[in-house]
Order: sequence, then C-alpha cells, then structure tokens
Amino acid sequence: MRLLTCKETTRLVSQGLDRELAFGERVALRLHLAICIGCRRAGRQMRYLRQAVRKLAVVDVRSSR
Amino acid sequence: MPAPDDFRSQLETLRPYLLRYAGLQLRDAAAAEDCVQEALLAALAGQASFAGRSNLRTWLTGILKHKIVDAIRRQAREPALPQEGEDAADEFDALFRRNGHWAERPAGWDDPDGALEQAQFFRALEQCLERLPARTAQAFMMREHLGLETPEICKELGITPTHCWVMLYRARMTLRECLQQTWFGR
Repeated sequence: MRLLTCKETTRLVSQGLDRELAFGERVALRLHLAICIGCRRAGRQMRYLRQAVRKLAVVDVRSSR
Repeated sequence: MPAPDDFRSQLETLRPYLLRYAGLQLRDAAAAEDCVQEALLAALAGQASFAGRSNLRTWLTGILKHKIVDAIRRQAREPALPQEGEDAADEFDALFRRNGHWAERPAGWDDPDGALEQAQFFRALEQCLERLPARTAQAFMMREHLGLETPEICKELGITPTHCWVMLYRARMTLRECLQQTWFGR
C-alpha cells in the first residue's frame, strides 16, 4: 500500500468527521498517524474545533464586551 | 402547562440566545431576526407540543434550526454568493510542500480545555470564522454549529458531497491556522 502524504492524511481525517471512512482508508490513516505527530496534532485540533463551535452559541458574550 | 403569558415571557428570555444562535449561522442580523421571530411564533402556536418536555431552550433551538435552514434555502435560490476563486486554494497549498508533507509541522496546543472556559477565546474563534470565505463558512457552520449531516448540507447548497468535503476540510485547516496564530501560538 502506498503511504499517505500529510495533505492526504489531513483530508481524510477531516472527512472522517463527516462520513464513515472505508476500511482501507482507516488502515492507511492509522499507519500514517502512527508515525506523524504533525498530522496527529492537526487531527486533534480539527476535532477540538467541533467542540469549540458547539459551545459558541451558549457563551455569554455580553459579559466580555 | 404554564399560563400563556408565563410561557410567552419564558420564550422572551431566550430571545438573546436565539438571536446569537441564528446570527452565527446567517451572518445577517435582519435575516437572523426574522428567523427568531418565526421560531418564537411557531413556539407560541405549538405550546401544546412542548408540554412535558424539560428543556425549553433545546426545544426552541430545534424549531429555530428549521427556520434557519429555510432561510438558507431561500438564500440559495437568490443570485448565488460569488464562487470562491482558486486563489484560496493556492494560499491553502502553502501549508504543504509539493510532495504533500507539511511545510511547517503544526504545533501542539497548550491547555485547549482551559480556552473553552474563556470568553476571549470564543471571540478569537468568531474572528477566525469571520475571515473565512462566505460559502466555506456557511457550509462549516451548517455542519458544526447546526449539526447537519453532509447529505443535507449538499442538498440545501446544491453542491456535490465531494465539493462539500473539500469546503469543510478547507474551513477546518484555515481555522486551525488562524487559532494557532491568534490564540494558541501567542
């Protein structure tokens, strides 16, 4: 199997937040993530964005302005 | 069931939250106002269907979400937002070298949970969202703020799933970069 580049990996990590990845995609992803801290961080940060955006509406912005 | 006047005033206390919720998605104060007004009217008319549910805000947010999607659908029928040019793609490619590896490896983020407790962080996040191209931001917020699934986003925006995934990917990578610059990397 051809190894994924970081660009392909981050694209798949992102798609993994929007659709179910195929078995082959998950394997290729896991292989790359195991050896690449940059992509692990990017993935963690993309998942974190979801968490943060979900909280946006309930933040009391008035108290900070 | 509370008396109608009680119910009405309970709804009113949630108006600021609803306006904020709608505004985050629509980026248009007047359109957000219209959606909230429609949602509140629908809620008043549908008071009976709320009876027995515990969380008024959750129930109202559900109604509002439908009104927002209706507004997006109306917008989509109007002359389209300008298509985002390829410039954005070029800029984005600067993140990676030609061989597809990081030009600059992402840094780890320090205390991300702590940031979620700070109003200032959310202002930084909003500023990053405002910098996104309009269509990209719209798709991203439909996914992460409204919590819609991609098939529904594709349908409402009249785009293919592939296009949708590309926009969501761009949005996430751009927001990551932006938060790195304006918050975590300070």
